[in-house]
Amino acid sequence: MAIEQELAQASNWLVYSAMAVYTGAFGAFVADLAGRGARAGLDTARDQARELAPVGSASSVGGSAAGSDVVLVAAGESDRPERALGIAMSLTWLAFVLHVAAVVLRGLSVHRAPWGNMFEFATTGAVVVTAVFLAVLRRHDVRYLGGFVIGPVLLTLGLAVTVFYTEAAQLVPALRSVWLLIHVSVAFIASALFTIGFSTSVLQLLQERRELARAAGRTPGRGRFMDALPSSVDLERTSYRLHIAAFPLWGFTLIAGAIWAEAAWGRYWNWDPKEVWSFVIWVAYAAYLHARATRGWDGRRAAYLAMFGYACLLANFLVVNFFAVGKHSYAM
Amino acid sequence: MASETRGEPATGVNFTEYDAEPPITQPALGPLGWLRWAWRQLTSMRSALLLLFLLAIAAVPGSIVPQNREDPGRVSDYLDAHPTLGPWLERLGFFDVYTSVWFSAIYLLLFVSLVGCVIPRARVHLRAIRQAPPRAPRRLERLPEHVSLLAPAGTPAGASTDAALDAALAALRRRRYRVVDNRTAPPAAGASAGRPGGWGERSISAEKGYTAETGNLAFHLALLGVLVSLAWGSLASYSGQAVIVQGSTFVNSVIDYDSFGAGRLVDTGTLPPFSATLKDFVVEFETADQGNQFGAPREFEATFEVVDRPGAAPRTAVVSPNHPLDVQGTRMFLVGNGYAPVLTVRDGAGNVAFRGPVITRPQDGNYKSLAVAKVPNAVPRQIALVGVFLPTYDLQDGIPVSQFPQPLDPRLMVNVLLADPGVDGLDFRSGTPQSVMRLGPGMTMALGDDGQPLKILLAPGTSAPLPDGAGTVSFDGLTRYAAMDIRRDPSKGWALGTALLALVGVTASLFVRRRRVFVRAVDGADGVVVTVAGLTRGDDAALGAEVAAIAAATVPEGGPVADPGGGPATDQSTQQTNGQTRTEEQS
Repeated sequence: MAIEQELAQASNWLVYSAMAVYTGAFGAFVADLAGRGARAGLDTARDQARELAPVGSASSVGGSAAGSDVVLVAAGESDRPERALGIAMSLTWLAFVLHVAAVVLRGLSVHRAPWGNMFEFATTGAVVVTAVFLAVLRRHDVRYLGGFVIGPVLLTLGLAVTVFYTEAAQLVPALRSVWLLIHVSVAFIASALFTIGFSTSVLQLLQERRELARAAGRTPGRGRFMDALPSSVDLERTSYRLHIAAFPLWGFTLIAGAIWAEAAWGRYWNWDPKEVWSFVIWVAYAAYLHARATRGWDGRRAAYLAMFGYACLLANFLVVNFFAVGKHSYAM
Repeated sequence: MASETRGEPATGVNFTEYDAEPPITQPALGPLGWLRWAWRQLTSMRSALLLLFLLAIAAVPGSIVPQNREDPGRVSDYLDAHPTLGPWLERLGFFDVYTSVWFSAIYLLLFVSLVGCVIPRARVHLRAIRQAPPRAPRRLERLPEHVSLLAPAGTPAGASTDAALDAALAALRRRRYRVVDNRTAPPAAGASAGRPGGWGERSISAEKGYTAETGNLAFHLALLGVLVSLAWGSLASYSGQAVIVQGSTFVNSVIDYDSFGAGRLVDTGTLPPFSATLKDFVVEFETADQGNQFGAPREFEATFEVVDRPGAAPRTAVVSPNHPLDVQGTRMFLVGNGYAPVLTVRDGAGNVAFRGPVITRPQDGNYKSLAVAKVPNAVPRQIALVGVFLPTYDLQDGIPVSQFPQPLDPRLMVNVLLADPGVDGLDFRSGTPQSVMRLGPGMTMALGDDGQPLKILLAPGTSAPLPDGAGTVSFDGLTRYAAMDIRRDPSKGWALGTALLALVGVTASLFVRRRRVFVRAVDGADGVVVTVAGLTRGDDAALGAEVAAIAAATVPEGGPVADPGGGPATDQSTQQTNGQTRTEEQS
C-alpha cells in the first residue's frame, strides 16, 4: 500500500506543535511547584507565628497581628499557583490532543499501527505516558507530578524528532503480525506506568531526605517546593500503586513477546539481547515487590530497586536497540 | 518469604497466624542445626531478594558478549579480536551464559528458596481457608477503621440486635464475605456466655480476599512450572535448519537437515515423515526511491507442496514470516532466503563434473552474496570457485557491489582455485559434515596475466574457460532458496499455560485485598447501636469506604451515635470483662 506522505508530514507538524504546547505546560507545572514552595514556606512561617503567639502571651496583640499579616499575604499568594496549575492542566490536555492526532495521522499515513521503528515507538510511547497520567488523575489528584511526567515526555519527543527520526514507511515482513499490536501496546502502557512510578520514587527519596534532615534538627537545603508535596510515606504508596499496575502488564508483554517469537522464529525464548533485558527488568521489579514486603528493605531501599528497574528499562530502549546485535535489531 | 512480611498496625488483633516469626533461640548448633540454619537462610526473603538481584545481573553478560547458541561465528570472531580476555571468558562460560554453572546455580537456588518458602505457606494457607474467621475483638473501636451507627427503634434494623445482625449478615454475604455468626458459634476457650468470644455473643465475624494469598502461591508455583516446561522442552524438542532450493524437496529425516539438534528424549530415527517441496518463492523489496526504505524487504512468500505422510494427498501451503507451516506439531519457519545460481562445470577432460544450484550467503541488504562451488570430481585437477554473487551489479571505485536486492542485472564474480597435481585439495573427510565454505589446503589460486588473482565475471547464460585447461564454467540460470528452521517442541503449550497462570496469580495477589470485618450490635437508649470495624493486610486505602458501605447497607436509615465511643452497653461490658484474659485471635 502506498505511503500517504501528506498525512505523515501533517503528523510531523502536529508532533512539533504538541512539543510547543507541552513546553508551555511544563513551564506552568514548574511555576505551580515554585508557587507551592513559596506558599509552603509561608505556611511554615504562619505556623511558627502561631506557635510563638501563646509563648509571648503578654504581647498577644502583636503576635496575632503578625500572624494575620502572614495569613493575608498567604491568601493573596495562593491564588496564583492554583491558576498556574489550571493553565498547566489545560495545556497538557491540548498537547495531548495534538499528540494523539499526530500518532493517529502517522498510523493512517502508513496504514498500520504506528510503532514500527524507534521514532514511532518514542512518539507513541510518549503519548501513552501522558494518557496514563491523565487517567491516573481521574482517580487520584497527583497533579503535583505533572512536571515530572511532562518533562520526560518532552525529552522523549525531542529525541524522537532529532535522533530517532524515520520517514513513514511500510513494515518489514518480520514485523507484520497482530502480535506487534498486542505486545508493543501493552509494553507502552507498562512503560508509561513505570515512568510515572519512577518519578514518584525520585520525589519520595528527595522528600525522605528533607524529612530526615528536619528530624535531625537541620533545615533542608534547596527544593522548597517539596514542602508542598505529600509526605514520603504517601509518595511511596503512590509509587507502589503505579508499580503494581505496571508489573503484571510487563509480565504480559513478556508472554505476548514469547508467543510472537514462537510464531516468528520457532523458539519462544531465545535469550536475544532484547529478551534478556526485558527479563532483567521483570526480575528487577520483582525484586522491588519482594523488597517492599520485607521488613528493613521497604521504603528507601525498595525505591532504589525500582529505580534500578527503570534504568534497565531505559537501557533496553536506548542502548540495546542501538548497540546489541540480535533478532530485535530491526527495531531501529 | 512468609516470615518477614510487613508488620500490621498495632491493634491487638492482627493476622498473626501468617506472620509468625520463628522464636529467637541461640542453641549450640550441631550439623543438623547448621543444616536447618542454612535452609532457613536460603528460604528467607532476604536470600530470595539477593538471588533475584543476582539473577538480573547475571543475565546481562549474555546480551553483551556473543553467545554460542545465537551465533558461533561471532564468538570465534570475538575470540580472535580479544586474545587475552577471550579465553578467560570462554573458561568462565561467558559464551554460554544461560547454560553456565553460575547462571544455573543462581536460578536453581532461587527456585529451591522459592519451594522452601512456598510449601510451608501453602500449608498455612490451606489451614486458613478451612478455618472460620476469628471471633470479634472486644473493642472494635481500636481497629484502624470503625463506624458506629444508631438504628432508631421502629426501623427494621432497630427492632432488635438480632434484626440488625441479620441485616449485617445479608450485607456481608452480598459482598461475598465468608461469615461466622457468633450468636450461634461455639465459644472460644475460656470465654463465658454472652461475652466476646462466648456463646450467644451478638456479633459477626467476616473475612474475604483469600484469593490474594492463593494467587501469590499460584504465581510462585506456576513459575516453577515454567522452569519445568523449559527443562522438559530441552529434552523433548528437536530443531534444525534446512536450505531448500526452489523446485527441490525437503524430507523430514535427519539426513535432509543441514544442521540438527535434539533433546535426549527424542528418537531421531522416527521423525514424522512428511515432505515439503518449494514450488514458488515470491520475494519483493521496496522500489519507491524515497526516504531510507529503498530496497527494504516487503514480501516473502514461499509456496510449498506438502505431503503430510507418505501416500497422503499433497496440499499447498504458503509460508511467510510470522506464518509458519505446521505439520502435525512440527513447524517450519521461513527465516532466511538468498540466491542459488545454477552452474555447470566441465573439467579438463570435457566431462560435466558439476551441475546444479550453488547456495550463496547474503552479506548485505542488497544481497551481495558469498558463493563457493567445489568440484572434487574434476580431473585432472580438482576445481573450486570462490567469489561473490551480485544481483544488481555495479562498480563503485573499482569494487563490485550490488545496488538492489532483486536480480536486475545479476553477475557472478569468482576466483579459481585449482588443486596442485597429485594432491587431493578438497578436504572431504568421510562422514563429517563440513561447511561448504571451507576449503582444504593444497589449493592454489589461479593468477591472471597481470599476476593478480584471476577473476571470472559471468552473466546468466554465459560461460568462460578455466585457466590451465582445467575446463569451463557456465552460469546457466538463477533460482532462489528458502532457509527454514524446523522445530518441534511439545513443551510450549505447558510453558504458555504456566506463564499465564503466573500472570493471573500475581495480578490477584497484587490487587485482591484481604479484609476482616466485624459487626457488633448492642441495645442503645433509643434503638440499636451497630458498630462495624475492618482490618486489612498491608495498604488498603479503600478499607474505610468498605466499612462505611457495610454499615450503611446494614442500617440504611441509621444516624450517628451520640457517643461514638461505643455506647453505654459497651462501657458496661468493658467493665465487666476487665478481669478476663484479653480476647485474641487464635495464633
